Amino acid sequence: MSSQPLKSHLNHTLLWRKRNLWSGVLFGIGLIAFIDEAVFHQLLHWHHFYDRSTTEVGLVSDGLFHALSWFATIGGLFIFADLRRRQAWLPKRWLGGVLLGAGGFQLYDGIIHHKLMGVHQVRYVEDVFIYDVVWNATALAIIVAGLVLITRSKRDEAQQEGMLANGESSY
Amino acid sequence: MANHHTSLGTDVLANASHVDVLALCIVVGAILGYPVMAYRTNEKYKQWPFVRYMSWYTGVLCVASALVGPMATRAHHDFTFHMVGHLLIGMLGPLLLALAAPMTLTLRYVEVQTARHLTSILKSQLAHRLQDPLVASVLNIGGLWVLYATPLYSAMQTYTFLHVVVHVHVFLAGYLFTVAMIDIDPKPHKPNNVYRAIVFLLALTGHGILAKYIYAYPPAGVSASQAELGAKVMYYGGDLIDAWLLYIFCYQWYRSVRPRTALDSLTPTTNGPRPL
Repeated sequence: MSSQPLKSHLNHTLLWRKRNLWSGVLFGIGLIAFIDEAVFHQLLHWHHFYDRSTTEVGLVSDGLFHALSWFATIGGLFIFADLRRRQAWLPKRWLGGVLLGAGGFQLYDGIIHHKLMGVHQVRYVEDVFIYDVVWNATALAIIVAGLVLITRSKRDEAQQEGMLANGESSY
Repeated sequence: MANHHTSLGTDVLANASHVDVLALCIVVGAILGYPVMAYRTNEKYKQWPFVRYMSWYTGVLCVASALVGPMATRAHHDFTFHMVGHLLIGMLGPLLLALAAPMTLTLRYVEVQTARHLTSILKSQLAHRLQDPLVASVLNIGGLWVLYATPLYSAMQTYTFLHVVVHVHVFLAGYLFTVAMIDIDPKPHKPNNVYRAIVFLLALTGHGILAKYIYAYPPAGVSASQAELGAKVMYYGGDLIDAWLLYIFCYQWYRSVRPRTALDSLTPTTNGPRPL
């Protein structure tokens, strides 16, 4: 392989890598927001979409995040379809992005919405502290899992690139 | 029109029949005009797709049921029904009607000269401005804020004239918003997709916040329990229709960036499957 196509090939894969991550993050945010709404709002009735104790800022931020998550679910899946169409889907990196988006949103919800703004709590019980710990620890665990996957995918890709640069075609 | 300051009930009832007749005329015109145009142009052009007839009739049904009939009557004093009507006339109806491509059909039906006039109207500065996603969103969502966050909502229940104006505005603004976001009919100026996505996001946000605002602060004359139910209808119902609109928007974007060259589509990836 001559150096010119290799260079453009590397530029391309860099672009697709970023896009894999973005698609995953968007879909992850949408997914976790959907789970929150379906499970905790509608099935368990632990908390609701507006718990009255909120500030104006809470209302606006909630609205923006809801819109973002709704858009992200659909948009993220279309970017996913685009990656598949271009045969540029990197499963590990994408899944890592999903976990990163989901965990990040859950942590944001747990720290900013629940604690700083007081828009709503996980559940209205005496020992809400335990719920908070579980909520945020879960969020952290999901983030860590996502980061592990992304690091692994980076290693895989570096390995394959090395093979490619040495002239050993990987396909 | 009737602005004599009679009591609420009589004023609405006395004028309801005129409004109903006008609305019915428009509905009948829409029901008959569309297939006539489609049928008469089918000889000269490609067969007009069946799915567009379906879309048109469902759209007309949505809008009509919000204007006349039992649901419209109930909406006068039941906020939940009012909100269902709002979703039908401001969101679902406009979307279905836009998907039926009425402008494309009209352009293929009318004489060349008339078609030229029509397209020059579409190309005009005003049409361009109105179809700007931001302008359309402000007219649409901003209008709703004015309606529900000011005394306009209770005034609209009192004065027939206002009632009609609000309905017409909600429908037109909804239609404008729909055609600003998706491309079905000919559109001389196509806005940038990223710009559209951002504005779409802000409009969705504005709609969601308004629903929660109504939940917390019921419009004058609406009880708390009614407002809560109506707000939920607006919030979740709006989400469903917006999901459809978002899907079409993303799909059109997805199609527009499809790989056009062999090199583009078969760009080698490091661990993807073997290129064909």
